[in-house]
Amino acid sequence: MNGVHDMGGMHGFGPVEPEPNEPVFHSEWERRTFALTVSTGFLGKWNIDMSRHSREVMPPAEYLATSYYEHWLWGLEHMLVEQGLLTRDEIEARVAAVKAGETPAPPREWKPAAGVKVIGPGEQERLLSTGNPFRVDVEMPPRFKAGDRVRTRNNHPLGHTRLPRYARAKTGRIDRDHGVFVFPDTNAARRDKKPQHCYSVRFDARELWGPEAPANEFVHIDLWDDYLDLA
Amino acid sequence: MWATMSHDHDHDHDHDHDHPGEHDAPLTGPALRVKALESLLVEKGLVDPSALDQLIDRYETKVGPRNGARVVARAWVDPAFKRRLLEDTSAAMAEFGYTGRQGENMVAVENTPGVHNMVVCTLCSCYPWPVLGLPPVWYKSAPYRSRAVIDPRGVLKDFGVTLPAGTEIRVWDSTAELRYLVLPMRPAGTEGMSEEQLADLVTRDSMIGTGVVGGPAR
Repeated sequence: MNGVHDMGGMHGFGPVEPEPNEPVFHSEWERRTFALTVSTGFLGKWNIDMSRHSREVMPPAEYLATSYYEHWLWGLEHMLVEQGLLTRDEIEARVAAVKAGETPAPPREWKPAAGVKVIGPGEQERLLSTGNPFRVDVEMPPRFKAGDRVRTRNNHPLGHTRLPRYARAKTGRIDRDHGVFVFPDTNAARRDKKPQHCYSVRFDARELWGPEAPANEFVHIDLWDDYLDLA
Repeated sequence: MWATMSHDHDHDHDHDHDHPGEHDAPLTGPALRVKALESLLVEKGLVDPSALDQLIDRYETKVGPRNGARVVARAWVDPAFKRRLLEDTSAAMAEFGYTGRQGENMVAVENTPGVHNMVVCTLCSCYPWPVLGLPPVWYKSAPYRSRAVIDPRGVLKDFGVTLPAGTEIRVWDSTAELRYLVLPMRPAGTEGMSEEQLADLVTRDSMIGTGVVGGPAR
C-alpha cells in the first residue's frame, strides 16, 4: 500500500539524531510490547509479512505522531482482534479496569490455552536461535542473472508490498541472485508463499533522484521476480 | 555503544520494583494498553510469562553489537575467515554461534578506500539482530529511513562522517529477508593489536555504515 511507512526519499523529517549510550529499551512498556509481539508470533496465527502489514495500516497521522513500539503495539492489537484471539470490547474493558487500578490478579497457576501452540522459554530459545525459513528449498529457474538490466513494475497494490514507491518504474541492474524466497505480497494477503527468486538490484542515484544526484552513489534494493521485467 | 544495560531511562511506573512513592501514578498511553493486553494474554494462556522475561533478557543483555565486533575483528586478522564471511556470511557467523531470528540470511558488504556501504530499511526496521542486537531509535526513525537513500552523504554528516567526494557510496535498502552487515575498514596504526583489542575499536555504527572505525586512543 502507498502508506506513510514507505519513507524512502521523503523530505522534511529533519536531521538524524543519534542518542549517546542509548539503552536497548527506554521504558518497561517497550520491553513488554517487544516481548508480547515476538511471543504471540509463535502462536502461528500470522506470519512476518502479515505482522509488518498490521503496522502499515495504522492511520498515517497517528503513525507519524507515535513512537516505534507504539506502532508495534497498535499492530499487535490489530492482529489479535483480526485473528479472533481477543475482541475489541475485551481489550477496552481490560484497559478501563487497569486504568481504574483494578487489574485482575494473574492466574495462580498459569496454563497454556487449548487449541493453539503456546511455547515455553526452552522451545522459544531454540526457535530464536534457529530463526525462520524465508529461503525456500525448491529448484526453480531464475528469470534474471547478474548483469541483466531490469525495470521495476509500476504497481500500487492496496495490500502489503516490499517494492518501495521511490523505486517503481525504475531501471537497474541485477547485482546478485539471493536464491528462492517467500514472496511477501501474497504471503501477507493470503498466506500464499509463492516462492520465487529474490535479487539485489543496483540503481544509480541519478535514475532514482534525477540528474542532480551524484554519479557515484547507488542504492541496492532486494526485489523479487514478480516486481521485475527485463529492460 | 552497547555496554549500557542500566535502566536509568525508565519513566514507567507500572512495575513491581519501581521507585517507592510512585506506585500511585496512573498509567496512561501505551503503558496502560500494554499492561491490559499482557494481563489478558497471560490470563487466557496465550503467552507464557516466563517466556516473556526470557525474551527481554536475551535481547537486552545477551545479543548486541559486541557480537558483530568480534566477527569484524576476526575478518581483519584472518584472511581465510574474511573470505568465508564475504562468500557465505551466515555460515561464517555460525562459527561464532551467531545465528537465528532476523539474521537467517546474512550478507556482509566490505568497505574499501573506494567504496563505502551503508544499510537502511526504508519500509520498517529490518536489522541483523544476531550480530547487532535490536536497532537504535534513530535507525527506525523517519529522518534516517527517508534520507538514507536520497542523501546518504548528508546523513553521514549528521554522524560527523565526511567521505572523500570520490568515494562510491552504496546504500543497501533491506526490503527483503536479507540482513546486511558492513565490514568496516581496519584503521591504520592497529598492526600490533590482538583480535580482542581490535574488537573493542569496532562500533555499532561502523557496522551499519553510519560510522567509520577510528584508530586506537593514545
